[in-house]
Amino acid sequence: MSDITQDGPMLAADGTPLKKSLARALRRQKIRALMLIAPLLIFVLVTFIAPIADMLFRSVENQIVRDTLPRTVVALKDWNPDGEEIPGEAVFQALNLDFQIAAEEKNHTKLGSRLNYESPGISSVFRSTGRGADKIGKDAEKTFTGIDPRWKDPAIWAGIFASPEAETALPRSARAYEAFAKSVRAEGKKEVAKAKLWPVVFSALLDDLTLAQPDAAAVAALPAPGPELVNAALAAGLQPIDAKQAFLEINDGWSKLDLWQTISAYSPPYTAGYFLNAADFEQTSHGIEARPPSERIYLKLFWRTLWMSMTITACCILLGYPVAWLLANLRASTANVLMILVLLPFWTSLLVRTSAWKVLLQQQGVINDLLVWMGLVSDGNRLVMINNQFGTIIAMTHILLPFMILPLYSVMKTVPPSYVRAAKSLGATPWTAFWRVYFPQSIPGIGAGSILCFILAIGYYITPELVGGTEGVFISRYIAYHISTSLNWGLAAALGTILLAAVLLLYYVYDKIVGIDNVKLG
Amino acid sequence: MTDATTGGDAAFVEFDHVQKSYDGETLVVKDLNLSIAKGEFLTMLGPSGSGKTTCLMMLAGFETATHGEIRLAGREINNIPPHKRGIGMVFQNYALFPHMTVAENLAFPLEVRKLGKSEREQKVKRALDMVQMGAFGGRRPAQLSGGQQQRIALARALVFEPELVLMDEPLGALDKQLREHMQFEITRLAHELGITTVYVTHDQTEALTMSDNVAVFDDGRIQQLAPPAVLYEEPENSFVAQFIGENNTLEGVVQEIKGDIAVVKLDDGELIDCKPVNVSKAGERTRVSIRPERVETNKARLQPGAHTLKAEVLEFIYMGDIYRTRLRVAGNDDFVVKTRNAPDQKRMQPGEQIEIGWLPSDCRALDA
Ligand SMILES: Nc1ncnc2c1ncn2[C@@H]1O[C@H](COP(=O)(O)OP(=O)(O)O)[C@@H](O)[C@H]1O
Ligand SMILES: [Mg+2]
Repeated sequence: MSDITQDGPMLAADGTPLKKSLARALRRQKIRALMLIAPLLIFVLVTFIAPIADMLFRSVENQIVRDTLPRTVVALKDWNPDGEEIPGEAVFQALNLDFQIAAEEKNHTKLGSRLNYESPGISSVFRSTGRGADKIGKDAEKTFTGIDPRWKDPAIWAGIFASPEAETALPRSARAYEAFAKSVRAEGKKEVAKAKLWPVVFSALLDDLTLAQPDAAAVAALPAPGPELVNAALAAGLQPIDAKQAFLEINDGWSKLDLWQTISAYSPPYTAGYFLNAADFEQTSHGIEARPPSERIYLKLFWRTLWMSMTITACCILLGYPVAWLLANLRASTANVLMILVLLPFWTSLLVRTSAWKVLLQQQGVINDLLVWMGLVSDGNRLVMINNQFGTIIAMTHILLPFMILPLYSVMKTVPPSYVRAAKSLGATPWTAFWRVYFPQSIPGIGAGSILCFILAIGYYITPELVGGTEGVFISRYIAYHISTSLNWGLAAALGTILLAAVLLLYYVYDKIVGIDNVKLG
Repeated sequence: MTDATTGGDAAFVEFDHVQKSYDGETLVVKDLNLSIAKGEFLTMLGPSGSGKTTCLMMLAGFETATHGEIRLAGREINNIPPHKRGIGMVFQNYALFPHMTVAENLAFPLEVRKLGKSEREQKVKRALDMVQMGAFGGRRPAQLSGGQQQRIALARALVFEPELVLMDEPLGALDKQLREHMQFEITRLAHELGITTVYVTHDQTEALTMSDNVAVFDDGRIQQLAPPAVLYEEPENSFVAQFIGENNTLEGVVQEIKGDIAVVKLDDGELIDCKPVNVSKAGERTRVSIRPERVETNKARLQPGAHTLKAEVLEFIYMGDIYRTRLRVAGNDDFVVKTRNAPDQKRMQPGEQIEIGWLPSDCRALDA
């Protein structure tokens, strides 16, 4: 037994285990350190991590279908999307209630636009149905007020549906009324008991009373005059709504198999649809298929973005290397002047610089005028140097050049001149000394500059947009288009995510080949 | 390889009235004349900024002389680019190529000379063995200690068998013990291989122990060019006397010069006998230099007729093999005497009044 104390943990002077008191001492340090970095941490989280996480989420998120058409989505589970038939009456009944509620809440157009990305034409079906769907409810309303005018009184409804029994007795109505009450309360203008009822509640009531026999005990337990009104309506011999018929009358679009396949395909809460779309694929009833060649746009643009970014990076290396070398090897005073010239572009507006290239490169521009004047190009054959890929490459190289020069310079600055001298004293010609000794030591700078330039280039928007014409734009154009014009944020997010993944992949490949330790920014 | 006409004692390297200015305003090297014989180990010694590196760089071809001629084996080399001069060089920071292994570093000069693979390997191996680094061929320079890098740098400068090797403070970054060992290694190799070496250092011990000849630089000029012993015992001016070894200085005016004795009247009025080195006539101010170990505290051992001086003991330091005594002599509080720790040697006490003297030939009257 006496051995145990010896084998036990080391104790601090006050008898607590040493580990524990060390941890306590360290914790205070850690908390202080954490508090110091807290502002930055929060800033990074809010402005960087959160947006990226949101973008990643949006690229697969697809709640809108099941949020807008919850009953329809459930009812569609029994339908076979690969068959030849559009769904049956049960689905249309669910759709009837869903759609009327959505139309009252003005959500149907949003869903219409969303589904329109996947299957063009849906948006207009939804919009026209949104205008006509409340007719079904209004017809039901007439039926009920014909039986007893008191059905028209919002206060009576408020009384009945305040009771917990209503959920059992009249489940569909209860849900529809709940949506109505919520909407009125949210609007805040009127009391629920005084606001005009949505027609959909009558549709729901009619469904409750005709599609299944309501639970008699629950009906009897409703607050007065609930049981009386319901029983009177039941006794009046109600006809169920033919929802399918009604919807097909409002818009013929509902008879299209394609529309129902789209709704069915996009009813899960998460979807690969945006990514498929971004890679020029689509989800059809036969599975995933490539889009027809005429509709393929994104892959081509991704490819173009990649190779043009690489070309721009290569141009930056070729132009930047000698400049960086001069910067690192000139006398300090001369080097400073050169450095200012290198940094000058940073002090000029991006827009101004890009526009300057337009002035220089356009067909009636300075360079063409000069070439014509020198007789190198005939007036009729002026070179097209802008609004194409050439223009984008020139302008982007110019803009990204400092990002290549600066890391190169800071690496070259650390290469002592004695290396090249040593090589020469050993008999190497100036070229051999450069290529075998100096260049290998500047590779970390090339790596850092290339990564910077490439990553900046791949996501560039303004410049390709201004000087790229149609042939020289990048994938960024479509990301911007889907964010601000088509409002298809999910697709924009998917395109962005693919871009991010491509960059990470290249980074990984670079790490494997060159080694990320070989990247030096200074 | 050797050009027959440059054999023997004829100058192998020659600086002929060489001047150098970087900025067009000041001369960093002022009228340098120097000739180095084949196989000689010459050291350029001088304080920092005295133009030693500049001279070396002009010889290697990395700087151009603003005036004058530099000749190698009788050939003017001012216009030959560095890579065609065939001069081996060791840099202070070694300049081993960090992205190559030790063996690749050594093979580099052979590769650019287009030697075959087997010959290359053989020579690299021989060079590595020469500096006792045979097992390190596969390592990167960063994986070697400072002393090992130094050896590799040396091997690389020698592997292509140059006739002239330049070294610019090659041992500056090493600790004392390693430095002493490498000093020995370098001289051994230089003599074994019979190469001409120009060695730059600001460390006088290094210069004295290694060289055949030492050129003392100051202010862009060679102050004295001589073998180490001559430099130490017969400095030609007060800069050299001060710079090399420990030295006592007394200031005064030349009273008269008769033959090889100059009588100097020190500033406190005392008269001493000196050897006139840098003084020519009576009335000139002079700085008298005497080495601490040549000062005699035992009157019996002095030459008859020699002047003696009164001195007060300020400090006595026991250093084992020697005693180091600091005295006040003729108003100078920093007059140091070194005496051998011998059985008959007296240990002096601070405050003691003694008389000191020296042989006139050990006391040199130099420029003021
Ligand atoms: N590349 C250069 N440009 C301008 N001045 C230089 C250069 N190299 C050396 N100098 C100047 O020349 C003088 C001699 O330098 P250097 O030859 O390096 O001396 P040392 O090697 O003896 O210390 C110094 O004053 C130094 O400032
Ligand atoms: Mg130097």
